[in-house]
This record gives sequence, structure tokens and C-alpha cells, in this order.
Amino acid sequence: MQFIQLVISGIAQGCIYGLIALGFVLIYKATETVSFAQGELMMLGAFFGLLVMGFWGYPFWVAVLASMGAMAAMGYVMERAVISPILGQPAFSVVMLTIGIGYVLRGLVTMIPGIGTDTHVLAVPYKDQTFQWGGLMINAEQAVVVFVTALLCLALFGLFKYSKLGIAMQAMSQNQLAAYYMGIPVKRLNSWVWALAATVAAVAGLLLAPITFVHANMGFIGLKAFPAAVVGGFGSLPGAIVGGLVIGVVESLSGFYLPDGFKDTAAYIVVLLMLMIMPNGLFGQVTRKKV
Amino acid sequence: MQFIFKTHYNQDIQLAKHRGHVFWYGLLLLLLVLSPVLLEEYWLAQLTFVLIYGIVGLGLMLLAGFTGLFSMGHAAFLGVGAYTQAVCTQAGMSFVPALICATGLSAAVGVLVGLPALRIKGIYLGIATLSFGFIVEEVLARWESVTGGNAGIHLKAPNLWGHPVNSAEGFYFLCLVLAVVSTLGVLNLLRSPTGRAFVAIRDSEISAQSMGIHLAYYKTLSFAVSAALAGLGGALYGHKMQFISPDQFSVLQSIDLLLMIVVGGLGSVHGAFLGALFLIVLPQLIALTKDSLPDAIALAPGLQSLVYGVVLIAFVLFEPMGLYGRWLKVRTYLQVFPFYRRGLFKRQKTFQKSERVR
Repeated sequence: MQFIQLVISGIAQGCIYGLIALGFVLIYKATETVSFAQGELMMLGAFFGLLVMGFWGYPFWVAVLASMGAMAAMGYVMERAVISPILGQPAFSVVMLTIGIGYVLRGLVTMIPGIGTDTHVLAVPYKDQTFQWGGLMINAEQAVVVFVTALLCLALFGLFKYSKLGIAMQAMSQNQLAAYYMGIPVKRLNSWVWALAATVAAVAGLLLAPITFVHANMGFIGLKAFPAAVVGGFGSLPGAIVGGLVIGVVESLSGFYLPDGFKDTAAYIVVLLMLMIMPNGLFGQVTRKKV
Repeated sequence: MQFIFKTHYNQDIQLAKHRGHVFWYGLLLLLLVLSPVLLEEYWLAQLTFVLIYGIVGLGLMLLAGFTGLFSMGHAAFLGVGAYTQAVCTQAGMSFVPALICATGLSAAVGVLVGLPALRIKGIYLGIATLSFGFIVEEVLARWESVTGGNAGIHLKAPNLWGHPVNSAEGFYFLCLVLAVVSTLGVLNLLRSPTGRAFVAIRDSEISAQSMGIHLAYYKTLSFAVSAALAGLGGALYGHKMQFISPDQFSVLQSIDLLLMIVVGGLGSVHGAFLGALFLIVLPQLIALTKDSLPDAIALAPGLQSLVYGVVLIAFVLFEPMGLYGRWLKVRTYLQVFPFYRRGLFKRQKTFQKSERVR
């Protein structure tokens, strides 16, 4: 019973990692660049939710929608302003750039007087509710995380499978030049991909907020989502979620069964092992560059 | 514009290309030797840090700027060097053998990390080194019997064959000598076949491989040399700080190191030292400007992080070759005056190529 309980909390945590990893993968698939600012976007999303709900007093669902919308706009503008000018440069430039964006966002949030340096509680309606199910204690927060993640995955699956926008995005991720020749507005779609990734990050932030607290450094959890993305295979959307779940469960179990210190490093040990055994991840494609 | 009339093949690989080089670098060395007289103690300490970070930057530059392998966990090597030095000197070893141990152990760890680098590249390597950095930080914090855990560990003044180096000037000269030696070593390495192999791997792995360069060997070697330099820098860092704890070698330190070489200018030895200078001077500049700013901004804790981020974004967007690239432009402007064109250093825009060819 203990074991299952641990697995459940691991799954909930893993869904958060998976959602952040989903943002990485979206951006990676579309532009072959990696965003290190994803964790900070998540933090910003949570702060938006806090602003709308905690300080302006609107109901929860308004806060969720407002935060998602605001983050989508933010991601769009960010891509337009700083990412698109350097597309085509070595991938490392974009990595450094997104690290810079992360620094700026974190710095700006901590500079908000009176709010930025404190930790806050996001008073969601389902906070502190638990329900029993055959001897298992399930937190409402964790259940909501799992449920929303599943919902979001379905929505994204639908988007990529059935909508014109999603199919264009897929084409773009497979071969940008060919997509451009087929009349797909590659530049504009890049901006939309960043907007989508930022929205997913906002959802992750709002889901994480009740479990931990809202504070300026909560974006560092993004560093644990990298292992999730790698374990799943960097270019695979379902892989991101599965990778997140693997990392979450391993972390939760190792925190209980292994000595101190393994909980924080479990994700990294898993990813190192993964890179040695299966460098392409669970769902990655094996390809070799042709000359 | 100066044209060098070459009369011998050896002129191609000479370190000092012409008399101007000899003069200016001689002057720089003279100023560095005289700086204990010229500078106040506080600024001398800052200069010592510049030299230490310069050594670490050289290592990272060799790896990232010249071999094209990006390490996002370089602070781990710094930590391995610093802790080895601390443990060895506490066990009664004198400075030089301890330094050799620190450098050697760092290099060995570098080989260990370099091994997965043979199969993975690009962002995967970044994540692997990042993970490695986290693991080392955790090990340093948890292996209390050796490292003292989060309480940290103290280092005594370096002991050179029975003569303890207690003064700031003495330690400065120690760092200066080591910095000059490692710079010359790296320059020498870069003009040798090994260095050329590194650059070939950076430019194109496939073409390097088809030219007969053994990828595995040279990549591992690059990691080892880079880690050794980081370990050397770490040992000096430990002596300078006199107290080390695991959080000094966190991922933020790794990112600072990356920021250093990007700002300095990727792919140039000058860049390592320019970046180190920048990394040390920037907090001082922020502290100086704080007085003239309104309180709401000056007292905010996020100011430094904000400035770092803005600087990083600005450099990547506007000056991808870093400070050294900017200097090259200024120098060319002066040399070819009045014929400098705006597009002389224009970045070539290429359409993004997909790595996933199908």
C-alpha cells in the first residue's frame, strides 16, 4: 500500500515534469532549439494566476484563463523579439539566449516590491481536500494534476492530428525548408509554437502552485524536466509525458527506499544511465546524418 | 593595415606574429608583474580572481570554443579540483604535489564524463554534463567524512616547499605564473596537430572523421585537458577563498562560467581572460551604480540576475563573437581607416538545416 501511495505521488509530480518537458519538446520539434527559460515561464504563469486570483480577487477559472492567455502572448512576443532574429545560428546561441531570458524573468519577478521575494499560497478551490479510495489517500491536488495533464495531452494530440495548424507544425518540425516551400508561414508558426509552449508552461505552473508554493525560484524545477525530455526522447511528445512519469516515480521511490541525497539526484542518475544505454530515449528516432 | 612578409614556414606557427605582438604582450606582462605596486589590496584580490577564472575559462574555451562540446556542468570540475586540493593539503601535502593531485583527479573525472560524450552531442551533451554537475554537487554535500558536507572545509595558505605563501602579493604571483603557463600551454596545444584536430571536430565532425581524426580519442582528450585546467583553477580558487562549500560549485556557477566565455568571445583565447575580467568587474560596476539609482531598483535582490540576463541576451543578439570580436572590429576599423565597411564582419545568414535527415 505504501508502495502504491508513493507511485501515485510520483505520478503527480511526474506529470508536472512531463508538462514542462512538453514545452521543451514542442519548441525543439519546431525550431530544433532548446529553451532553458521554460521553468521561468512556468513561474511567471503561476505568478499571473496569483496576481489575478490572490490580489485582484477574481475566481479561479478566470485566473487560469487569464494566465494562459497572458503567457501565450508573452511567448509569442518573446519569440518575435529575441528568438527569431537568431534562428539559424548555432543551437548553443539559443541556449545561452534562453538562459539569459530566464535570468531576466527571475530578476524582474524578484524586483516586484513586496511580492517578488516572498513565497505565496495559491488558494485554489480544491486545496487540502483528500479522498479515500480503498485504503489509499489521494490528494485532490494530485488528482487534478493527473487529470488536467491527461486532458491537455488529448487536446494536443487532437491539435497535431486533426487541425491544419498542428499538421503545419508537424511538417515544419520535419523539414523546415520543405515546409517553407509548401507555403507554410514558418516564421509565424515558430511564434505560435512558442506561444503554445508558454501556455503549457502556465498550466504546469498553476498545477504546481498548490502543491509547492509560488515563489521566484520555483522555475528551477525546469532543470528536472530536462531529464524527463531526454528519457522520453527529445523529439517525441508522448515521450515527454512518459519520461516525466518515469522521472517522477523514480524520484518518489528513491526518496523513500534509498538513503538521503538520492531523491534530488535520482533524475540525473536516470538520465545519465539513459544516455549511456539508449541515447535516443524511449521514443526517439534513430537517425544518422548523411553527408 | 599591416602585412606580414613571410619568409619561412615556421612563421605560420609562431606565437608572436610580429613585433607589435611582442611589444604589447610584453607591456601587459610588465603591468601584471607591477600591479601589486600599482593596485590597492582590494583590486589586487579582484585581479587574482580574474586570473583564476581566466584559467578555468581557458579550459572551458578549449572544450566549448575550440572543440565544440558544451559543458553545462563545468563547476563540478572546479569543485573536484578545489576539494582535492583541500583534502590533500589537510593531509599534509605541500602545494605543488597537491596541485598535481587536484589537476590529475579533475582530468580523470573529465575522461569519465567525456566517455558518454562520444555517443551524444549537442544539447544531449549539455544535459549529460548538467546532470553530472548536479550529482557532483550532491556528492560534495553528502560525503561528509571527506568533504565536510554543507559545513564546508577550510584551506590553509599554500605551502611551497616549506615556505607558506601568506601574503596577497605572493599568492597573486603564484596565480600569475600558473595563468601564464597555462595560457602558453593552451596556445601551444592549439597550434599543434592536436589543437587542429579539436578545431576540425568543432567545424564538422563528419569531415574531421573522414580526414582520419580519431573522434573518441580527441574528444576525450579535450574533456581531460579542459577538466584539468578547471581543476587547477578550482585549487587556486579554494586557496583564495580559504573556505569552500558545495553551493559554490552549483549549476549557477556553471552558467556563470558559460556566460564568461560567451561574453568574452567563443573561440578565442583572449576571450577567456576578457570574459573573466567582465565576470569580476560586472558585480563591482553594479555595486558602484547602485548609489545613483532610486532605492526601489537599487535594493532589489534580483538586480544582478537581471543585469546578467540582459547582458547575455545583448551579447548573443548583437555581438556573438563577444568582447574579443568587438575588439577585432575596433582594431580593423583603426587599421583600415577610412575604408571600414559596415558589412565587413557581417554574420552569414544560413537557412536552418535539420539534423534529422530522413
